[in-house]
Amino acid sequence: MDFNDTPEEAEFRAEARAWLEANATPHRDDDEEDLLGERIDDKTLAWCREWQAKKAEGGWACLTWPKEVGGREATPIQNVIWKQELAKYRNPPDIYGIGLGMCGPTILTHGTDEQKQRWIPEMMEGQQIWCQLFSEPSAGSDLAGLRSSAVLDGDDWIVNGQKIWTTGAQFSDWGILVLRSDPNAVKHAGLTYFVVDMHSPGIEIRPITQINRGQGFNEVFFTDVRIPDANRIGAVGDGWRVAITTLMNERASIGGGGGAGNTADLIRAAREIEIDGRPAIENAAVRGKLADFYIRSKGLQFTGNRTLTALSRGQTPGPEASLGKLIGGVMVQDLAEFGIELAGMAGIVHDASNPTTSLWQDRFLAIPGLRIAGGTDEVLRNIIAERVLGLPPEVRLDKGIAFKDVPTGPPSN
Amino acid sequence: MNFDFSEDQKLLQQITRDYLAENAGLAVCREVLESDAPYSTALWKGAAELGWLGTTIPEEYGGAGFGHLELAVIAEEIGRALAPIPFSSSVVVATEAVLRFGSDAQKKKYLPKLASGEWIGTLAATEATGQNGLEAAKTSLSGGSLSGTKIPVADGDIANFAIVSTAEGDLALVDLDGSGVTREALGSFDPSRSVARIVFDGAPAEALEKGRGQISHLLDRAAVPVAFEQLGGATRAFEITREFTLGRYAFGRPVASFQGIKHRLADLWCEIELARSNAYYGAWALSNDDPELAIAACLARVSTSESFDLAAREMIQLHGGVGYTWEYDCHLFYRRAKWLSLALGSPASWKDRLIDRVEARQKSA
Repeated sequence: MDFNDTPEEAEFRAEARAWLEANATPHRDDDEEDLLGERIDDKTLAWCREWQAKKAEGGWACLTWPKEVGGREATPIQNVIWKQELAKYRNPPDIYGIGLGMCGPTILTHGTDEQKQRWIPEMMEGQQIWCQLFSEPSAGSDLAGLRSSAVLDGDDWIVNGQKIWTTGAQFSDWGILVLRSDPNAVKHAGLTYFVVDMHSPGIEIRPITQINRGQGFNEVFFTDVRIPDANRIGAVGDGWRVAITTLMNERASIGGGGGAGNTADLIRAAREIEIDGRPAIENAAVRGKLADFYIRSKGLQFTGNRTLTALSRGQTPGPEASLGKLIGGVMVQDLAEFGIELAGMAGIVHDASNPTTSLWQDRFLAIPGLRIAGGTDEVLRNIIAERVLGLPPEVRLDKGIAFKDVPTGPPSN
Repeated sequence: MNFDFSEDQKLLQQITRDYLAENAGLAVCREVLESDAPYSTALWKGAAELGWLGTTIPEEYGGAGFGHLELAVIAEEIGRALAPIPFSSSVVVATEAVLRFGSDAQKKKYLPKLASGEWIGTLAATEATGQNGLEAAKTSLSGGSLSGTKIPVADGDIANFAIVSTAEGDLALVDLDGSGVTREALGSFDPSRSVARIVFDGAPAEALEKGRGQISHLLDRAAVPVAFEQLGGATRAFEITREFTLGRYAFGRPVASFQGIKHRLADLWCEIELARSNAYYGAWALSNDDPELAIAACLARVSTSESFDLAAREMIQLHGGVGYTWEYDCHLFYRRAKWLSLALGSPASWKDRLIDRVEARQKSA
């Protein structure tokens, strides 16, 4: 039992470090945390493009992809090592994460050779930004209940409807899109998967203002938008199977709030803040809470090490990864709330000159979104219950009937 | 990254599990619970024959010469079986104390008899109701003579000798069948493990050679294998509960198909996995003699105490009415979980030391 790299892993780490040392820039003290990608302006976009092009040139853009499309066919553990080393440097917001983490793998799995050649190289070099158009106002956790329609007209599909929670739609060039192509088929069988040019006529993008006033997500409206049939990924009616590939890659890429789970700041604050003239850390109730947070965050960290061990042995971590998002999401929210409470009534005051408290206040307002995006707590519990523990699936009332006949609200009298 | 047990260690685990499944079903635990016997002598004998009692004892003293990772593996299986034997007291705490802090002569005297199971050892630390931590002591060792009262002492009624913490900071070795020792078995909410009051009145005793000031370190070293015993119990309670909810039908479907039950089982599984990860970290620190043990032991101890308690509580709740009957085994887990979570000091006391240690480390950084 040890935490060391194997000789092969150590060699790979050295290679990654050498390249980063020569090409990346160190962290800066004024780097801001942006958990939901809300602060992306033109200057940031230019920085993103430049850094991505540099990584692609050095062969570090998409490590796990096949060599023939510019990847290095790295193993999953090599990919993790790369990310560990990369995180030690200053990085722009991950605007390519959706493209490279979800759209790319889906096209590589289900796309034609022509489609791969058309989209993959530019995606990898960072020339094109991609977004994901899956959720709808009435199809969130129940994604296959989506209603936006695609109707074939000659060589084009005519698209009408609305998508929601689309991260980065405002600056994306392409989107992946699941649509209902046959409302008479049963729910999952009537879906088809497309790639859409986000600059197409008939697309309207409206930012959603979150509870923290940030605007990381958008609503995207489609009015008679034409998508060429050549942009269809997979067969007509096979969209759900293609979408599953995307979703499997999504869960693998969304974590539990990263640095927000760090307890060192909280313990430091508890040593400085006073309760009744004594350091808060001497207060029994505070100590108990700090211990609980510390134990949980360490448990998550070491669970991560167990996952890495499986990767290192060439095993594929499965739905167990849902644990990290479920436990981590709740924990960072609790942690942020406790951080604010430590300051007592003064915790109400938002004062930029008090960076510690204001960081927790920012997280307090950002983290509820993380607990919903990419699978709510409840969806994650279902995944763990059904796919890890082998418990029976939910009873479904929409099985075996045409989608148009599935109830969508209370019966009218 | 190799944060897991080796193939050999997993094989040892399987052999241990198979033996216990055949020879120590939950019926053996129930037998001790329902009788006046303080522990299962037959299982203790079997454990000795298989070499478990001398797991970490070097071969020159009659042991198996394994490390603490092998001890962790066996402890987890002992926990799964709710084995009614003084494993934690004798094989974990007493053996560790003699092995780590004893002189050559002390090792020669005690280790072979611990390995063979002829002698049972235990730790006598707590002295009063409401004493959460185990470090403070009034019992005094002076001129080879020990006086004071220890209550409760885990397995104190059946042990042949005890490691006794003293006001002077020593760890004293005392023959419990010798002069100056009066002891009585006490009642317990888990009669499958026993506790006693021991009064020392000028009992002949000698300090472990290198034991002065080491009670905290001894508790850290003991907490990790005990955490694996707790982890084993929690995991087994979870498995039995999962199985039960799959087989039990209500409203025409298995109760395990209701989201209310599925989500509780998912949450419980997460808690046990986190505890397992923390226990592994403890095993790594202990087996490498890493200074991190001071923190890792607290993580393992609290995580596994709380998750075993939770698993046992959920076990009764998810079984419904039958879970509350004497006939079903849920209460065996419920009792043992709480017994183990108090036997080395309460989780609250371990949280307290954790914060002390994290704070100290932050100050020195």
